[in-house]
Amino acid sequence: MAVVEAVQLTKRFGTVTAVEDVSFQVREGEVLALLGPNGAGKTTTVRCLAAILRPTSGYARVAGHDTRVAPRRVRHLVGLLTEFPGLYGRMKPLDYLDFFGAMQGLDAPTRRARAEALLKQFNLWDARHQRLGQFSKGMRQKMALVRALLHGPRVLFLDEPTAALDPEGAYQVRQAIADLRRRGHTILLCTHNLVEAEMLADRLIIIHRGRILARGTIEELKDQVLGDPAFRVQLATPLEGLPDLLRDVVAPLEWGADWIRYRTRAPAQTNPAVIARLQAAGGRIVTVVEEPRRLEDVYLRLMGAVS
Amino acid sequence: MSERTLELTALPEVTPARSGIDWHIVWTLVRREVRDSLRDWRIVIPIGLLTLLFPLVMNVMADVVFDFLERYDATIIGERFIPFGLLAVGFFPMSFSLVIALESFVGERERNSLEALLATPAGDVELYVGKLLASLLLPLVASYVGIAIYGISVVWGRLWNLPFTLFLQILALTTAEGLVMVTAAVIVSSHTTSVRAANLLASFIIVPMAFLVQVESLIIFWGQEEALWWVVVGLLVLDVALIRAGIRTFNREAILAREIDFLNIERAARLFWSFLKAPPEAAPLVRQQQREEVPGFDLVRIYTHDLPRLVAANRWAVVTACVTVVVGFLLGWGLIGWWDLPTNFFSLEQFDARAFRSALAAGTPGTALLPSFNMGTIFVHNVRVLVGGAFLSLFSFGVVALLLLLAPFTIVGFLAGALAAQGQSWLQFLAAFILPHGSLEIPAVLLSTAFAVRLGAIMLDPPQDFSAGEAILLALADYVKVLLFAVVPLLLVAALVEVYVTPQIVVWLYT
Repeated sequence: MAVVEAVQLTKRFGTVTAVEDVSFQVREGEVLALLGPNGAGKTTTVRCLAAILRPTSGYARVAGHDTRVAPRRVRHLVGLLTEFPGLYGRMKPLDYLDFFGAMQGLDAPTRRARAEALLKQFNLWDARHQRLGQFSKGMRQKMALVRALLHGPRVLFLDEPTAALDPEGAYQVRQAIADLRRRGHTILLCTHNLVEAEMLADRLIIIHRGRILARGTIEELKDQVLGDPAFRVQLATPLEGLPDLLRDVVAPLEWGADWIRYRTRAPAQTNPAVIARLQAAGGRIVTVVEEPRRLEDVYLRLMGAVS
Repeated sequence: MSERTLELTALPEVTPARSGIDWHIVWTLVRREVRDSLRDWRIVIPIGLLTLLFPLVMNVMADVVFDFLERYDATIIGERFIPFGLLAVGFFPMSFSLVIALESFVGERERNSLEALLATPAGDVELYVGKLLASLLLPLVASYVGIAIYGISVVWGRLWNLPFTLFLQILALTTAEGLVMVTAAVIVSSHTTSVRAANLLASFIIVPMAFLVQVESLIIFWGQEEALWWVVVGLLVLDVALIRAGIRTFNREAILAREIDFLNIERAARLFWSFLKAPPEAAPLVRQQQREEVPGFDLVRIYTHDLPRLVAANRWAVVTACVTVVVGFLLGWGLIGWWDLPTNFFSLEQFDARAFRSALAAGTPGTALLPSFNMGTIFVHNVRVLVGGAFLSLFSFGVVALLLLLAPFTIVGFLAGALAAQGQSWLQFLAAFILPHGSLEIPAVLLSTAFAVRLGAIMLDPPQDFSAGEAILLALADYVKVLLFAVVPLLLVAALVEVYVTPQIVVWLYT
């Protein structure tokens, strides 16, 4: 079931089109990553979905509620982690969470109980007497995540959750998101961090200049953009007529005297056949290695294609 | 991550308020903001000093001044000085509301905390009202305390027996002034991109308020305290107008989207020109720069379509102008009864046509206020007054344009009333002196005033999705269109009639 739905979503600011004709769905319990460079329209998309901005045309629905018709309801159903934590530096964690809980309409005992539980869950309880201005960047981002989770939202929008963090802070926040994912949260993750997207997302949408370039699971995107997996066989000694030996099994891409590269959609069938053929011809195989198909290559190839 | 976890989705959903203003959200916001202000020593220490020490210093000063003036038997000056102190001790802490309000939205934007706030179920009105009250509350309480300390100390020191009405007036003035400053400052804060820019614009608020306090001091010094109620009423009207303008122009998109303030004169000029050329209903397309869909300049269309449509769309502004004319006339008529004037101070019973004609030929000697009686000067004078009124309307929500319309019709009503009081025909007076050229000039003036009012009031009700600047440019373009294609031609012909036809009719009807 789709919890978040964007249908031909378009957002213009004056003459600038930030998002154009974007359609996608996020299913219950799924982590969808919006991947794109700075200025691609990721934040604007999230702001439209979170009912902070009104789309110029098209529409978005969260848990069946149209963001244009019921923006308050949508803002209550959504937990938004903003790119910058933007905490109130003079407040202490419990006061801060109490304020946002009250803004979300939670009663005082619930606010207190949830704030305490979340602070403990995110290892911030011991810092509860500190002012938020004294927090490290990683702590601030976790605090912002706690704020987003406080009212028990059905869906989480995480906008560049680790963009401003050092590696340790980024690791902590990624672990926190991974934990939320394990517990079945529906998450829309905006990022330009490919490792993060690969680590956390079930599906990806690559967005550029406000338009969707590609979508799918990571494997689907790799297949779409990079083609079938490529394998390289290294032999111990040169083997004469190497490519011709294998032509009826695979289509070789490149080869040398003692090595060969080929692609195959079905490695479970192809690779044993290749190995058997080579061994039968007297070849001594050193390695059969699948060449890494990195998300970075998918991304760069797509970006290169559009620019 | 800790082993202790919480089932986050198990919570019952809270239903936020569906419509109207959710006061729970407003007070939550106010409580947080006030607490935050109380945690900021840069706000608390100056307000504390101004609230607690300044009234005592003023009291000592009042004591010294009173003693000094008593020596010269001028105690009345001292008595008038003491209420001024009340104004001052109230105004200074209140000026801090400006500082707090100026950074209300733009400060949050600079600290990146605004988006989290906008992501809560709070609506635009709740955010605006919450910020407004939060900015007002602390300085207002400080002002009241300051006024109370000063009031008690002067009464305690037997310097002055503080009249309760004046005390109430000062409290009302302080509150209304604070509200004006805060509402204006919150508008500034929600339309700028940095605290610095907001502070630079603060002089547009603090300088007029400082002038107003001086005027109030003069009123008190003059002993005309009842006039202060009118100032309170004026300020409250302004408060209502500013609050409405603030709510109508509050735009969360613009607050989030705006990256930098710069004055793009070329774009503004292009947009103005496009609004001017296009039919009124195409304004949203012009704003979105969808030029291919917008019809160009067409003089015939302007007269057959644009002007009637503009008048219809602004019918309430036209009605307001018409009502002002009637009110002005009746006010002038009524003034006859208020003043004890000689019965024949203005009479047309012994009308001297020769003297009238020679007076017209000689211009208006000795009266620098009135223009020479020729077509050019009458036309230029009328256009100048109307355009000037429209310009000043921008800064007065249209009030100046209405006052400029009220004044001449008050004079006409006064003269008509004077004739009626003497048993002479006021209708004949109108038919002779006003109607011939007035039949053209009055519609022109009504149109110009109506669109000037709209220009001034556009911030109270800007078109949907238009920024403040775009709304003003649209209203300005509409005003210029009406001025160029309706008002100016009418005034030109009216001036011709006034010079060459009206005098003939006057002479014909009165001889």
